[in-house]
Amino acid sequence: MPKMSFENHITKQFDEDLEEIRTQLMEMGGKVEQQLQNAVQAVIKADSSLAEEVIREERLVDEMEVDIDEACILIIARRQPAASDLRFIMMVTKAVNDLERIGDEAKKIANHAVILSEHDSLSQGYKEVRHLGQSVTSMLANALDAFARFDVDAALKTLEEDVQIDLDYKTALRELVTYMMEDPRSISRAINILWVVRSLERIGDHAQNLCEQIVYVVKGKDIRHQS
Amino acid sequence: MTVATVGKTAIDPKVSSKQNLEVDQVQATVGSPLCENPKMSMRDVNVFYGDKQAIHNVSIDIAKHEVIAMIGPSGCGKSTFLRALNRMNDTVDGCRVEGEVQLDGENIYQQHLDVVELRARVGMVFQKPNPFPKSIFENIAYGPKIHGLADSRVDLDEIVESSLRRAGLWDEVKERLHQPGTGLSGGQQQRLCIARAIAVSPEVILMDEPCSALDPIATARIEELIEELSQNFTIAIVTHSMQQAARVSNRTAYFHLGKLIEVNPTEQVFTMPEHQLTEAYITGRFG
Repeated sequence: MPKMSFENHITKQFDEDLEEIRTQLMEMGGKVEQQLQNAVQAVIKADSSLAEEVIREERLVDEMEVDIDEACILIIARRQPAASDLRFIMMVTKAVNDLERIGDEAKKIANHAVILSEHDSLSQGYKEVRHLGQSVTSMLANALDAFARFDVDAALKTLEEDVQIDLDYKTALRELVTYMMEDPRSISRAINILWVVRSLERIGDHAQNLCEQIVYVVKGKDIRHQS
Repeated sequence: MTVATVGKTAIDPKVSSKQNLEVDQVQATVGSPLCENPKMSMRDVNVFYGDKQAIHNVSIDIAKHEVIAMIGPSGCGKSTFLRALNRMNDTVDGCRVEGEVQLDGENIYQQHLDVVELRARVGMVFQKPNPFPKSIFENIAYGPKIHGLADSRVDLDEIVESSLRRAGLWDEVKERLHQPGTGLSGGQQQRLCIARAIAVSPEVILMDEPCSALDPIATARIEELIEELSQNFTIAIVTHSMQQAARVSNRTAYFHLGKLIEVNPTEQVFTMPEHQLTEAYITGRFG
């Protein structure tokens, strides 16, 4: 089983190109992670200026996606990568897609944060957002960490966090429905919160995809759609 | 399969890469070197040039109508091994072949075997196109004539035309069959050599870097031809171009320092090779 490494190509430039793509992807991951954290904070603290920042910065994530995709296409055209190099490049093109979608979801959360900040400061629903927000942020951080080290065991472990996130999501939905039934005036707020937890749940799925791609790139095994 | 079993069944990358990178310790070929009902079957083949051993204990089958590519760094023995398959090494002084090389279950190194007949059954195409200094027609007709495959001039005309057609050369040369073969372009000369090889109705065609002297367009034509020929012939091709091996072959065999390291379906070799040495070679980590 080959060990993941970008070193020792006869062409040193190839090593550097792959390393550059990896660095860019890690930067994009870091940016997306920050966007998610800020979006969740914006909801919890009803901070509309932080939410506005997340919405503005989303453009940067999109630009990173385009840049990395372009770099991957260039590598394929110039170097015809094979084996682990090929798996890595294919993985990156998929991973940037997932990261970009996480960026989109963070922006959606920020949009709802702006709306929510205009409501009166009822605390109902924040508990769910805080709880789910923490688990999803931590799952994304773990996935990126596993990626940085090409750590299959960590990726497999992180994959399973999504099960708990899905359960928490369902619990949050039930609680939100309860609020709405108890006090119909909370419906419009609760619906906004509902969209937020929905986005968080989707981010968990994208983080799961990232983990599956790590397993593919290191082991060459496609473990998608098996659960 | 559940996610958890993936983690358990996988090999520890550190341990295996350490073991695998020592070619001295490579005992057996990994992957699937053998197959059912092989056209050619090689067992424990060793080839020596004087005292120097060029091929170490290679065992591999070549299936009927398959295209098998042999790749590896220069000096790894892939050409030597290919030439052992139709006793082309007999002409090299001090070259000695041990082990079994069977064609349809018959050892080709047995005494009293007619080598000329063997080479009609196992044809060869070389790196540099080497047409005879004769006309295009004579280049093709020579083999069938000496092997007595044509009874009449009409038969011979037919063999020449069908061979040139199968090699994809007929339309380009039908007006000038009696001009010298050496007057053709490099790509055309190579297709002429392929036409010459198939004119004697071989069962196996060995190709030793058939495209390395050709431009990309001529190369693409030869590759397309290989694809077509594989419907009727068994083909073993030695190539320096990994992309070529990836494009034309069903299975790929990786040689390293005279040992056969890995044989696997081509799609696996180029996406997920089993052996660390194969991985290092096809990703361009040593040459």
